[in-house]
Amino acid sequence: MFLQANTTTLFSASDLQLIVPELILTLSACVVLVMEVILPRREHKWTAYAALGGVALSAVSLFLLWQTNRDNLPLNAFYGMVRIDGFALIFKMIFLLAAALTIAISVRYLEVEGEQRGEYYALVLFATVGMLFLGCGYDLISLYISLELMALTFYVLVGFTKRERRSNEAGMKYFLLGAFSSGVLLYGMSLLFGVAGSTNLGDISRSINVILTAPPLEGALNAGLPLRPLLLLAMIAVAAGLFFKLAAVPFHMWAPDAYEGAPTPVTAFLSTGSKAASFALFARIFLEALGGMRADWAPLVGLVAAVTIMVGNWAAVTQVNAKRLLAYSSISNAGYLLLGVIAANEYGYVGLVVYLLVYTLMNIGAFGVIISLRRRGLVGDNVDDFTGLGQKAPGMALMMTIFMLSLGGLPLTGGFIGKWFLFGGLLQRADADGKDWYIWLAVWAILNTVVSFFYYVRFIRVMYLGDGVADARPLSLSPALRAALVVAVVGVIVIGVYPQPFINLAQSLVSSLTGAASGAFALK
Amino acid sequence: MKIPYLLSVITWLPLVGALIILFAFKKDNARGIKRFATAWFGLVFLVSLALLAYNRAAGGMQFIEDCQWIPIIGARYQMGVDGVAVLLIVLTTLLGVIAALSSWEYIGKREQEYYVLLLLLQAAVVGVFASMDLFLFYLFFEVSLVPMYFLIGIWGGERRLYAAIKFFLYTLVGSVIMLLGVLKMYFLTQDAALTGTITPAVMDNLAAAGTEARAVLDNARAAAGAGGTFNIMFLQALGSVLPMGTMQVLLFFAFAIGFAIKVPMWPFHTWLPDAHVEAPTAGSVILAGILLKLGTYGFFRFNLPMFPEAAKDLSYFHLFGATFGVRHIMVALAIIGIIYGALAAMYFVVVKDGDVKKLVAYSSVSSMGIVMLGLFALNPNGLNGAVLHMINHGIYSAALFLLVGIIYERRHTRKVSEFGGLSHVMPGYATVFLAMTMTAIGLPLLCVFISEFLAMRGAFEAQPWWAAWAALGIILNAGYMLWLYQRMFFGHVDNPKNENLSDMNGREWAYMLPLVLLSLWIGVYPKPFIEYVQRPVNAVVRQVRPDYPFQPSAPQQTPTTARVEHK
Repeated sequence: MFLQANTTTLFSASDLQLIVPELILTLSACVVLVMEVILPRREHKWTAYAALGGVALSAVSLFLLWQTNRDNLPLNAFYGMVRIDGFALIFKMIFLLAAALTIAISVRYLEVEGEQRGEYYALVLFATVGMLFLGCGYDLISLYISLELMALTFYVLVGFTKRERRSNEAGMKYFLLGAFSSGVLLYGMSLLFGVAGSTNLGDISRSINVILTAPPLEGALNAGLPLRPLLLLAMIAVAAGLFFKLAAVPFHMWAPDAYEGAPTPVTAFLSTGSKAASFALFARIFLEALGGMRADWAPLVGLVAAVTIMVGNWAAVTQVNAKRLLAYSSISNAGYLLLGVIAANEYGYVGLVVYLLVYTLMNIGAFGVIISLRRRGLVGDNVDDFTGLGQKAPGMALMMTIFMLSLGGLPLTGGFIGKWFLFGGLLQRADADGKDWYIWLAVWAILNTVVSFFYYVRFIRVMYLGDGVADARPLSLSPALRAALVVAVVGVIVIGVYPQPFINLAQSLVSSLTGAASGAFALK
Repeated sequence: MKIPYLLSVITWLPLVGALIILFAFKKDNARGIKRFATAWFGLVFLVSLALLAYNRAAGGMQFIEDCQWIPIIGARYQMGVDGVAVLLIVLTTLLGVIAALSSWEYIGKREQEYYVLLLLLQAAVVGVFASMDLFLFYLFFEVSLVPMYFLIGIWGGERRLYAAIKFFLYTLVGSVIMLLGVLKMYFLTQDAALTGTITPAVMDNLAAAGTEARAVLDNARAAAGAGGTFNIMFLQALGSVLPMGTMQVLLFFAFAIGFAIKVPMWPFHTWLPDAHVEAPTAGSVILAGILLKLGTYGFFRFNLPMFPEAAKDLSYFHLFGATFGVRHIMVALAIIGIIYGALAAMYFVVVKDGDVKKLVAYSSVSSMGIVMLGLFALNPNGLNGAVLHMINHGIYSAALFLLVGIIYERRHTRKVSEFGGLSHVMPGYATVFLAMTMTAIGLPLLCVFISEFLAMRGAFEAQPWWAAWAALGIILNAGYMLWLYQRMFFGHVDNPKNENLSDMNGREWAYMLPLVLLSLWIGVYPKPFIEYVQRPVNAVVRQVRPDYPFQPSAPQQTPTTARVEHK
């Protein structure tokens, strides 16, 4: 391969075509940076709309990419570094959606903070570029670089409101722990490369299958090396690094601090886009590269999921800060999403994708409502600040109610549909493997959703059931924030009431994964 | 008159009303809102009367609607009702009118939201009874929690926040466990090896050949092979071939816990007294009259026919050298509920001189125990009695809560010790209260007598000891009800605050009288009501016990014997 690269070009035009969405985003990030310099200070909010335009263009190009290559997926490019398949496409859609909503809810927030600057939007776009490459990376190198691109921009974003101490503290904590976890991840990847002899996920998968099935050849280079234990060690190190990114217990400690301290739109983006991207990475590595070792990692991930769900939900119960509460809720949701990976069948994959989509909508929506309470002199991120919102702003309160019920997973909201598939996948897996622990994991997880309702309903309680109003002045909403909230709430309801097209889309696209880990399990 | 999509109309009409109230009325126009809401409930009730055209001789599911909804997971928008559901829906819509009418003065704040939520609650509850698709059923079942949460939480008493969240979480625990059961049942319908063994006799029993229901059932069977179905009739048919074993028992309990908490069966009842005591009158009426029936209806519709082997099982568990079955557990819980409910009611009122609402709440626990005992008698008498008792309990417990509400509006207390000699001050009120007390203790010629008698007879046929224990509970029941009546209405007016209470006004008479008349009607002439439930009940009995020896006077022969008698 190396020789080939010397004799031929590094990449071709057709390769470039496959990463047009990323290129567009990178370009628009640069445009935003230039605009920031050119525009006078009070016109800075136009950078936001430019960034939004960039995301829209990128989404259009992604759509065209999908339409033109519908029938010849998957496509490989850059010597297997990038792989465009259904899985990549659907995750990219989720990232772009999260980015667009985040930018839309940021405008007013930064205005109030007095931090309306173009770098912010450029950073959001760069983070999104990292996410997009995480969706389609098919090589440990490209995946790691994309992950770092995303993580580094997030370290800056979390500490973006530099005049605020909480934000600085959060950025520092996130950076230190994040750098550490990246190290662990990289260590695991290096072991994986050492064992498998390649950084390409497909090659790794094949080598692992050989290692697991056939004894080492006599006289071969690796004869006598205990490859299986080494493989397990690699798997555990990779898992630990990724659990940190997902904020799964016991690697979740950074999340509450980072979520609380970060500017609220960044928190929203961190809990949706970054989480979705980490799940894309997790699914890619564990289902494609390590798919053959499912019997080894499923109990480990299952245990982590069970503990994550419990800790996230129970810790959220006592929180008074809304952002911190949603941080714990986001931890528990990472646990629920892991169930889809554990199930590793079509039901689980559809659950993973649909739930991530709904989660993006409802979580950004919830943070959007929190932002709408923000004004000078009132941070508006305590649960009590919602008191009387049902009287003051019925529409806003109704939306928050829907987001909260959806986060809990009440029927007729998208959250229910996502959980339906996640739990269904587990039950199917229990049947297929003949192992009961999957069922008990499902029971455990679903009982914990009841706990989650306790704190989601707290928002509803203070909004409607409490007496008095925390702050009688009317909310002032920007059109972008309003639009983002409407998109989110409509999405949550539509997916809840008529999920058919979304399930269809998810099913047709994630089927690119089903072969590797599970043997195909039909949805029906 | 035949109304197309009748069930959908009845289900969604309240939602339309809620939207009208939300958008067409100003927030402070309380007078207009409550009049409109009550009229709208009346309209829904009148429309629902069209359901009484249910063909009682044919039985089975009728008024069927069937539309595509989420084909990829096999969920369809299927609606259909049997005689049991017909009666429950009509009871729901009737209590809807009554609840709205009873709230006119009780509710003094945020009327707009109140009536919107009341209407939404009705839509959800009617949806539960009208669903013929388990996915749809589950949706309505769980969504019905939300309006009730608000009704208790906003317009409730002092501890309303505690009671509301307790109600919400408690019932949620049950329904989320049921969700896993729902998923598992759905996956089982995809198992061709299992569904292939369903016999034609089972299919005929659930939906007679040639009917509309049968066409739906056949379609569901075809759909099951192609990817699963949630059709309730098909799930019931599947129950007949479900092998007995750990899986069936677990599934039985997954559903049973969901419904038992709703019923509520002892020991899952603790949310009920709190919810009732704190809920506004109309909330209590709907809660006792309708929401509790969601649980017993669930047992009737799902647990018995879907898991027949588990339901009649007498030997699955071996513990400490004893052998007992699922049915033993259910019956034991039912009997404990009957006696415990009665004793608790007695304790709270006789000893602690407490809240009348608490008494009625505990008597509900006792009454629902009788329903459960009748259901698990697993014979036609027991089931007929149980189903009729659901209706009757809906009538008399709603009436008692309304009566408590009437006195509460006047005195703002519900403590028994505050009252005495009310019959001198409020004779009309005392008369209605007496009628309802007598109904509650099962006086012949009043409705509860019929249903309790049938349920007890069924229990007796199954196992005389069960009936004996239940009878003990019924005696206790009579004890505290009579004591309550004596304390509140007889003797002298010893509390000066009670001297100038006004008797019931026209509006109060208007919502009490229908319940009194209904109680009398069912008590004197229950035949039409029994006719509605008889065939669905027999179908369930046949599903659970295919070899049950039906008497020659069983309903198949009813038309001919009736003719002979006529000569």
